[in-house]
Amino acid sequence: MYVYDQHDQKIIDERVAQFRDQTTRFLAGEITDAEFLPLRLQNGLYLQRLAPMLRIAVPYGLMNSSQLRKLADISKTYDKGYVHISTRQNVQLNWPLLEEVPDILAELSTVQMHAIQTSGNCIRNTTTDQFAGVASDELEDPRPYCEIIRQWSTLHPEFAFLPRKFKIAVCGSTQDRAAIHYHDIGIELVADDDGEIGLKILVGGGLGRTPAIGSVICEWLDKKHLLTYLEAVLRVYNQHGRRDNKYKARIKILVRAMGIDAFREAVEQQWTALKDGASTLTEAEIIRARSFFRDPSYLALDSTLAMSDLEQDCTRDPIFANWIKRNTQDHRLPGYRIVTLSLKATGFAPGDITAEQLELLAELSDLYSFGEIRSTHQQNMVLGDVQVSALYALWQRLQAAGLATPNIGYLTDIICCPGGDYCSLANAKSLPIAEAIQTRFDDLDYVYDLGPLELNISGCMNACGHHHVGQIGILGVDKKGQEFYQICLGGNQAKDASIGKILGPSFKQKDVPEVIDRILSTYVTLRKEDENFLDTYRRVGIHPFKERAYAQAD
Amino acid sequence: MRRLIKHDSIVDDTWKPIDPDCSAPEHGQICSLEQWHNLADKDGSAVQLEPGQEPTPLFDALEKIDLLVINFPVFTDGRGFSYARDVREHGYQGELRASGHFIRDQLTYLQRCGFDAFQMADDSDLNAALTSLRDFTEHYQAAIDQPLPLFRRRL
Repeated sequence: MYVYDQHDQKIIDERVAQFRDQTTRFLAGEITDAEFLPLRLQNGLYLQRLAPMLRIAVPYGLMNSSQLRKLADISKTYDKGYVHISTRQNVQLNWPLLEEVPDILAELSTVQMHAIQTSGNCIRNTTTDQFAGVASDELEDPRPYCEIIRQWSTLHPEFAFLPRKFKIAVCGSTQDRAAIHYHDIGIELVADDDGEIGLKILVGGGLGRTPAIGSVICEWLDKKHLLTYLEAVLRVYNQHGRRDNKYKARIKILVRAMGIDAFREAVEQQWTALKDGASTLTEAEIIRARSFFRDPSYLALDSTLAMSDLEQDCTRDPIFANWIKRNTQDHRLPGYRIVTLSLKATGFAPGDITAEQLELLAELSDLYSFGEIRSTHQQNMVLGDVQVSALYALWQRLQAAGLATPNIGYLTDIICCPGGDYCSLANAKSLPIAEAIQTRFDDLDYVYDLGPLELNISGCMNACGHHHVGQIGILGVDKKGQEFYQICLGGNQAKDASIGKILGPSFKQKDVPEVIDRILSTYVTLRKEDENFLDTYRRVGIHPFKERAYAQAD
Repeated sequence: MRRLIKHDSIVDDTWKPIDPDCSAPEHGQICSLEQWHNLADKDGSAVQLEPGQEPTPLFDALEKIDLLVINFPVFTDGRGFSYARDVREHGYQGELRASGHFIRDQLTYLQRCGFDAFQMADDSDLNAALTSLRDFTEHYQAAIDQPLPLFRRRL
């Protein structure tokens, strides 16, 4: 992974000192609330319902074991001993004290971490595929480009007061696991006709109040132009994005208003001035960025032998066999597998992880996965490089620590924002809905029979829980002070992206599990052979689901 | 006389402030964009841009402008940062002044975008503000103050 040199460290240290000074001045009454707001947000600090929330950046979801230990330590010293993995692969502390945030940032800087631009109207943490570098369907590892974007966007002087937040995601594989169609800018590594790999650029995707699928602004861009092109897009957005209404301020609204062709023309015009300038990437810089993501010291393994051992373990222990089937994936190299650790055990808030679990993960990553851990936008954790022969030992440790719930990619692997229990923006609670659904569907055989299924819950229109792209999406709404839940169907964040369609009038909290049950049984009745939920929905449309969901009890 | 930060020190403002109602601003007075357009002689002129007034119309006359003021009615409206870079990248060499309701914590960003003078609505403690100009000594990106990105300077 990327390692800071003295320059990176200096920038982070100076930021800590700057924020310490800002906090001191705020507490002394020298900065108004309104002035402090963007300053603290650009350091990841929200003032929430019950306490501040600090969002720590995890660039493209990659961490090492010392960073994990530091997070565990911070959560015990400054918080309540647990953290939350967000849908942007970041880590959130729910109960820090404002006065102590500068100390927390100073602690983070000792392990090359920070909270820069995890919030506010600026360029946010760049995200990517949680299986980057190890996926079997990868054209090129996207992480060097994520790191190049991270550096360029960090404390960018021109783009710190944009009309609204700005999110970038990069993907380098056949299957899109980074949801690039739903980002302000989505970047895909693609080969041209001669096989040269360049960048396909999408613009104007997003969730929130007006969900939109990104449009292609450039089919193939030479990698060396990455930063100047991004700068041109951002400059057009910074000058022309709407600032009169925060719900119409994202770049998707500007792209829609101008039309993609006129927007492209404006970007190209800006770009002519910037193209081939000093920010053009050098070959040396691309090589340097790549050098941090070279293969770890993999062993040449006899995969036949490893697989036959694994089969024996599986035969002996069906619970282990089931976990292998549900929570592990093919690695691009023989004899290794990718392991996803579920943070979706029933009874725990989706994405929450305790200090003890973090410490265990640090230890296990050192033992089994070259000391690296990934966070996912589905709010789980990943060990990317586990030898097949170590899976049984790893599973036993995970099982004992409650990190082996075999539900990755299934109904109960719910994406869920912290909702009304924590967040001051929320219209409704989301965590109790997730738990009620997990409790109701505790029959794993039924859950597996339903096949891969994404159920996403957001507590408000800001859509942190990505409800629009869940095959089943649930949105908390406020009706005259009462919490109701709107359900949408058919969302999809893969390359054939689609936005969920609203089923109809919203439901009371207590009725949600029953409605979900009806939707699922409608699917089970209508599906053809192995047809998954999304394909069935796309074939039959929303009506059968609607009819059943709103039918009166017999 | 109002004071401002210019080239890292606190100085008196030698320009006459903008007067939108004046039909013919005198020499040494800051013009609105409209007034500036109507100037017969633009040599040594001063003009102030508001958010929404892109600098593009000035590009042909940048050599004649001695002072370009970019106003920030609210500090959260960041259009002026792009305007500043745009005029510097088009070769503007004169004084580039930020005015209005920006805050001292934005000074390093403003300076990086090409501003060399800062007239703050709240000028009660310009000495304290000066220290904020030195918040950062290293940067990743190319900008006006440091035309090479870190990756071209990293050793």
